[in-house]
Amino acid sequence: MAYIEIKNACKTYHQAGKSVTVLDQVSLDIHKGEFICLLGPSGCGKSTLLNALAGFEKPDSGIIKIDEKEVFEPSEKNITIFQNYGLLAWRNVLKNVELGLEAKIKDRSERKKTARKYLNLVCLGEYEKRYPKQLSGGQQQRVAIARGLAVDPDIIFMDEPFGALDAITRMKLQDDILKISKEEKKTIIFVTHDIEEAVFLADKIVVMMADPGRIKSIVKVPLGEHRNRTGSDFLYVRDKIFELFNLKTEEYIDYVI
Amino acid sequence: MKKIISIKNAVVSVSVLIGLWQTAYLMSDYSDTLFPSPFQSFLALIEMIKDGSLLSNIEASMYRFTVGYVSSVIAAVVLGLILGRLPSVYKYINPAFQLLRPISPTAWMPFIVLLFGIGDIPAIVIIFIAAFFPVVLSTVSAVSGIDPIYFKVARNFGIRQPQLTLKVILPAAFPQIANGIHLAIGTSWIFLVAGEMVGAQSGLGFQIIDARNNIRADILLATIIVIGIIGIILDSLLKSLEKRILRSWGGIS
Repeated sequence: MAYIEIKNACKTYHQAGKSVTVLDQVSLDIHKGEFICLLGPSGCGKSTLLNALAGFEKPDSGIIKIDEKEVFEPSEKNITIFQNYGLLAWRNVLKNVELGLEAKIKDRSERKKTARKYLNLVCLGEYEKRYPKQLSGGQQQRVAIARGLAVDPDIIFMDEPFGALDAITRMKLQDDILKISKEEKKTIIFVTHDIEEAVFLADKIVVMMADPGRIKSIVKVPLGEHRNRTGSDFLYVRDKIFELFNLKTEEYIDYVI
Repeated sequence: MKKIISIKNAVVSVSVLIGLWQTAYLMSDYSDTLFPSPFQSFLALIEMIKDGSLLSNIEASMYRFTVGYVSSVIAAVVLGLILGRLPSVYKYINPAFQLLRPISPTAWMPFIVLLFGIGDIPAIVIIFIAAFFPVVLSTVSAVSGIDPIYFKVARNFGIRQPQLTLKVILPAAFPQIANGIHLAIGTSWIFLVAGEMVGAQSGLGFQIIDARNNIRADILLATIIVIGIIGIILDSLLKSLEKRILRSWGGIS
């Protein structure tokens, strides 16, 4: 039994008389501890699939199960990291990280201690008194990651989390999230449209296509823990993905992981 | 530095105003009883302070103002928080708001006096009406304008009502709500005087009518100036309170 199970998920949006199918009979199995990238062009349903997994949106039909329980609503066990961070502007950095802990740890000093531990993990220990607006985009996303990790979730969903960052900051955060995923042993589902980002991060890349949104292929990334963005094996995997997107024939390849 | 300049500006501005008054006084043919000089009005102010009538009228007015304004702000914020989260209900309530809002609170005055008689209540009701619409409308628009991502984050971390309102909705909407509350304090103060002119036997508004009946234009003008000064004080008190709260809101200035 897979840890995360998606069976025949369908979702159609109706807008201004037109209907767009963003998920067309999508099935996917994900195992515990895997780093999965959902990769594809806009409109391929990757964000919709993530939202459905995270419990924010229900599919029209089909079943989504996590740990053998059907997903009905968001849960603290599965934290989502958003592209625009979602930090509370009126709370300082430390208070933001404490947000999810407030219901769990009643003792204030204990709660602060836990929050500081995760702030240090994302190298922002010295910024705890700052407010989100006083931080760069990359720092804000680190705070959001610390806030997510602080509640010790099983799964972290990331919806194009580095999409609003400049290339260099983005690569630094990619390094960090890869390190964190190995150290904290979390299952990570990461949505991106950046092929290199997917190859750098993922254990498996789920390649999706638009119109209707569906899974075209699942590519295993046989690169180790320490990845070199310019290495020949990295480029080989990247080219393989490029090829997938250039393919004219559109057949559905049903891989079972 | 900024403060010194603003005091200088205020002194110049008020001096010009008094100068214009004095000039008009010197040039006009009206008797002193009908159009007194700034100095005569100042003497009337001293007289009112000495015989205690000013203080007791300020007391009466402030009581009505506080009761009317505070209860209105609380009711409007609570209602605004609820309606802001229920857009489908608000769609049916908004037209009624839009119908009632442009009606001057003083238009209700005769009706309110008929129902409640002369006393504290008419002035309180007028102030309530005057403060209610700006606050409720700004609260609804503040709440419905909250970035949906805050609600997603709250759901994700399992934050439910009433925590959701306290931790997310109220702070997220606060800067805009504060705007409405600020706007309302000026309007309410204006309508307090109107309310007391018709529906009360005490207070600053009543003092104006009383001074007219006794043909004491000096007292009348002195009272008007007191009303203006209290208005400024109320506004700046609220402004400093607002600033202090917004500072703990962090990056928003």
